[in-house]
Amino acid sequence: MVKDQEFLEKKASYCLGLAKKLGATESSVIVNNSVSETVNFRNKKLDESNRSDDLGISITTYIGKKKSSISSSNLLDDNLNILIEKCVETTKNTPEDEFNSLPDKDLLAKEVKDLDLYDDTHIENDQKIDYLKKLESAASNDKKIVNTESSFTQNKSNFILANSEGFCAGYKTSSFTASSVTVAKDEKSMERDYEYSSKCFLKDLDDAGELGKQAADQTIRKLSPKKIGSEKIAIIFDKRIAKGMLSTFASAISSSAISRGTSFLKDKVNQKIFSDKINVLDKPDIVKGLGSRNFDSEGVKTDTLKLVDQGILKHYLIDTYNGKKLNLKSNGRCGGTSNLYFENGNISFKDLLNSKSKSLYITETIGHGSNIVTGDYSVGATGFLVENGEFKYPINEITIAGNFKDMFKNITLANDLEFKYSTNSPTMMIEGMVVAGK
Amino acid sequence: MSNFFEKSDLSRSEAENIISDTLQKCDDGELYLENSKSESILLDDNKIKNSSYNSDLGFGFRAISDEVVAYSHSNEISKNSLKQSSENLKSTLKSVKGTYNHEIPKSNKKYYENINPIEQKSLNEKIKILNEVNNYLRSKDDNIKQVTANFLGEQKSVEIIRSGGETLTDVRPLIRFNVSVMLEKNGRKETGVYGVGGRQSYDSYLKDDNWKSVCDEALRIASVNLESKPAPAGEMKVVLGPGWPAILIHEAVGHGLEGDFNRKKTSAFHNLMGQKVASEGVTIVDDGTIDNRRGSLTIDDEGTPTEKTVLIENGILKNFMQDRLNARLMKTKSTGSGRRENYRHIVLPRMRNTMMLSGNQTQDEMIKAVDKGIFAVSFGGGQVDITSGKFVFNCTEAYEIVNGKIGSPIKGATLIGDGPSILKEVSMVGNDMMMDPGIGTCGKAGQGVPVGVAQPSILINKMTVGGTKL
Repeated sequence: MVKDQEFLEKKASYCLGLAKKLGATESSVIVNNSVSETVNFRNKKLDESNRSDDLGISITTYIGKKKSSISSSNLLDDNLNILIEKCVETTKNTPEDEFNSLPDKDLLAKEVKDLDLYDDTHIENDQKIDYLKKLESAASNDKKIVNTESSFTQNKSNFILANSEGFCAGYKTSSFTASSVTVAKDEKSMERDYEYSSKCFLKDLDDAGELGKQAADQTIRKLSPKKIGSEKIAIIFDKRIAKGMLSTFASAISSSAISRGTSFLKDKVNQKIFSDKINVLDKPDIVKGLGSRNFDSEGVKTDTLKLVDQGILKHYLIDTYNGKKLNLKSNGRCGGTSNLYFENGNISFKDLLNSKSKSLYITETIGHGSNIVTGDYSVGATGFLVENGEFKYPINEITIAGNFKDMFKNITLANDLEFKYSTNSPTMMIEGMVVAGK
Repeated sequence: MSNFFEKSDLSRSEAENIISDTLQKCDDGELYLENSKSESILLDDNKIKNSSYNSDLGFGFRAISDEVVAYSHSNEISKNSLKQSSENLKSTLKSVKGTYNHEIPKSNKKYYENINPIEQKSLNEKIKILNEVNNYLRSKDDNIKQVTANFLGEQKSVEIIRSGGETLTDVRPLIRFNVSVMLEKNGRKETGVYGVGGRQSYDSYLKDDNWKSVCDEALRIASVNLESKPAPAGEMKVVLGPGWPAILIHEAVGHGLEGDFNRKKTSAFHNLMGQKVASEGVTIVDDGTIDNRRGSLTIDDEGTPTEKTVLIENGILKNFMQDRLNARLMKTKSTGSGRRENYRHIVLPRMRNTMMLSGNQTQDEMIKAVDKGIFAVSFGGGQVDITSGKFVFNCTEAYEIVNGKIGSPIKGATLIGDGPSILKEVSMVGNDMMMDPGIGTCGKAGQGVPVGVAQPSILINKMTVGGTKL
C-alpha cells in the first residue's frame, strides 16, 4: 500500500531539521510515494503485468540567496545524511541569485480542501483482466483488426510538501486508466489508432466495451488513406489534438519563458491574442478533476484564473522565482497549469464541420514542431477530408503549418467540451493554415 | 562498483535463492539492480540557475513465461520488498511450465572506462566554464539576448542476477554539454542549439577551450536562422548533410526494425525480410561497440554483450534488432539490443548507434543535381508511426537549393516521408560519413535512452517539406 502521511511527514521534518543543523538558512522538501499496478493484454491474452512502488524525495537548501537541490529514491537515513550534507556544501559553492527564496508566507495555502481526488477502491488484477477481456473482445470484432493491445493501470499516490517557514501539507490521489491501441489492415495499408479513459474514481471509468469499440472504429476508418496536394485550407482539430494548442499556449505564458524573453507572447498581457469569443480558464478546484490541486509545487495557493478573457491575455503562469524577477506575485503556477480549458464556443460540432465546403479534420499529429520563441508551427498530420459536412476519405503523409500568432486569432470553437484530460478543448477550427502534401 | 547488499537486511545469497525460486519453470527473467548518480549544472539568463544532484537506487524483478512478462520494481532493496515482488510475479504467472534459458554470451570487451565523470571535475570548475561561455558569447554578438549552457553528468552501475546466481555487471559514465543562444534583431528572435557528449569525462570533450567551438556553432545556427525565409510547402528533392541528420534513418527505418514490432507484425517492415527496402549502395548498421559513444554499451540491460548488427546491406533487409524475449519468440538470437531507461521499466529492443555507411559521391555532386529542393543541415527531433510507416523530423538549419546552387536559409519546417519507401528514393550516397556530436535521446513507450546516429550526405529524390510558402 502507499505510504501514509505520518511516514512522509517524518522523513520531511528529518530533512528540514538536518538541513538547518548543517547551516541552511531556508529549505524545502517534497516526499512522495506512488504505487502502480498495470496489466497489459495483447490479442485477447495476458501480455504483461507490472507493479511499481516508487519513493522519492527532493530537497532544496538555501544559504541566503544561494540555492542548490538534490533528489533521491533512497530514503534511508544514512543516505539522506550524505545527500543533505552534499546539498548544503554545493549551496555554499553556488553563486548568489537575488531572486532565490521560498514563497512569501502570506501566499502559502492555508487550507487543504477535499476535492475528492482519492478513491480507496483497490481493483485486483483478476478484475483488471475481466475488464480487458471485455475491451479486447469489443475491439477485435471486425476482421480488419489484426492486433489489439490494451492496458489497465491503478495508481495510488501520496505526498508531503514541507518548508522551513512551517508549511507542511499533502494528500493522496488516485487514478484508474484504461487504454486500447488497435491495428487495422487492408490490402493497401496498415493503420493504428487508440482510445483512452482516465479517472480519479474507478466507477467513473468508461465502459470497457465502448472503449474497445471506439478504438477499433477510429482505426478502421483510417484505412487506405490518400495524400492530397499542397494548399491553404481550413483545419478542424479533433479534441485530442486541439488540447495541444493550449499546452503550447501554457508554455508560452510561463513566467520562466516570459522572464527569459524566449516567448512569442512576451509583453502581451492585456492585449488581444485570440479572437473575441475565446476564453481560457485554469480551474484547480474541480471535484475529481485530473489536474486538480490545492497548492502548487512550492505550496502557494492556487485560485481559478481566467487566463484569456474575450481574446485578451490576462495573466502569465507565475512561480516565486520568476515572479520576483518580473516584479509580480506568484499565482500558484509553479509546475504549470491545473485543469486548463477553452470555454465552449457557440456552434455545434456538426455545424462546425458544415461551416466550410471543404476542410481537413485532423486526428493525429506527429513531430515536435512547436517553437514558442517564434510561434512557428509545423507538424506531420493524419486525418480526413471533409466536404459539405461529410467525412470523405482518410488522409496521411501531409504536414500542416502556420504561426501561433495568426492561428490563435483564427480559432472557432464548437460547444462539445469534455473533461477527459487535465487540459481540454472543444473541437477547434483554424483558418488560414498551409497543408503540404503532394 | 556498487555493493547493492551492503546496507540491506537482504544478503546476496538470500537474493539468489529468491530469484532462482521465482524463476523456476519460467523461460527467462532476472533481477536487475541499478544505482545511478547524476548532476545538472545550469547557467541561464546570466546566472547559475540550478545546481542539482540526484541519486537513484532500485531494482526491477522480471519473470517471463512464453509471451507473458511479469515485472515488479521498488526502491527498497530489502528482504520484504524482494519477497513481495516475487509474490507479484508468481501470482501473474500462475501455471508456468517452461525451461529457463541459462545461455548468455560472454565477452571481455569494454567500450568505456569505469569512471565517475561528476567527480572528475569540481563544481567550481564547472561554474567557471559556464560563466566563461556566457561572457564569451555575449561579447561576440550584440544581438544575443539569451544564453543557456549546462553540464549533465551521470554514472550508472548495473548488476544483473540471473537464475542460478550468474551475475553480470557494468558501470556506465555519460556526459552532455549543451549551449543554446537566442538572438534578437529588428524584432525577430531565433535560437541556435549545439552540444557534445558521450561516455567519457567532461574534459575529453571540453579541454583546450574546446567549449568555444560548441558556442560558435550554436551562435552560427542562430545567426543563419535570423536571416531565414519561410520554407516551401510540397514535394521536392532533399539533400541531407552528414552526421546528425541521420535521425532520418533512426525514425524512418530504425524503429520499424525493432524486434517487438515485427514479432507482433505491427511494423510496416514485418514482412519485408530479405527484400529490397533501399536503393543499392545503402547499408545501415546498428552498432553498440564504438568506443565511448553515447549509444554504446558493453552489455545491454539483460547482460548480453552488444554487437554491430547489419540491418540493411546494399539495399536488402538483413536483420531486426532483438532483445532476449523477442529473439526467443522469433527463433533467433539477441543482438544485444535489450535496453531500458532505468529499473522502473521493462526491457525493450532499442537502437544504439544507428549508422548509414559511406558511399562514393560528394555533397557537391548532390547539390548540383537539384534544380529545386532543400539542403537540410541540422535537426531538432523526429517521430514515427511504425504501423503506417510515416515519419517526420524537424529541420533547425536548412537552405533552399535553386538550379544546383545553395540559396537562402529557410525557417524550421517539418519533413514527412514514408519509412519503407524513403530509402528507395535515395539516389546518391556521399563519401563523408560522420557521427553525430553525442546528444541524442530516443523515446519509446515512455522510456528515454541515449543513442547515436551517423550518416554521409545523401540525396533523396522526393520528400514532403512542411513549410508555409505555396
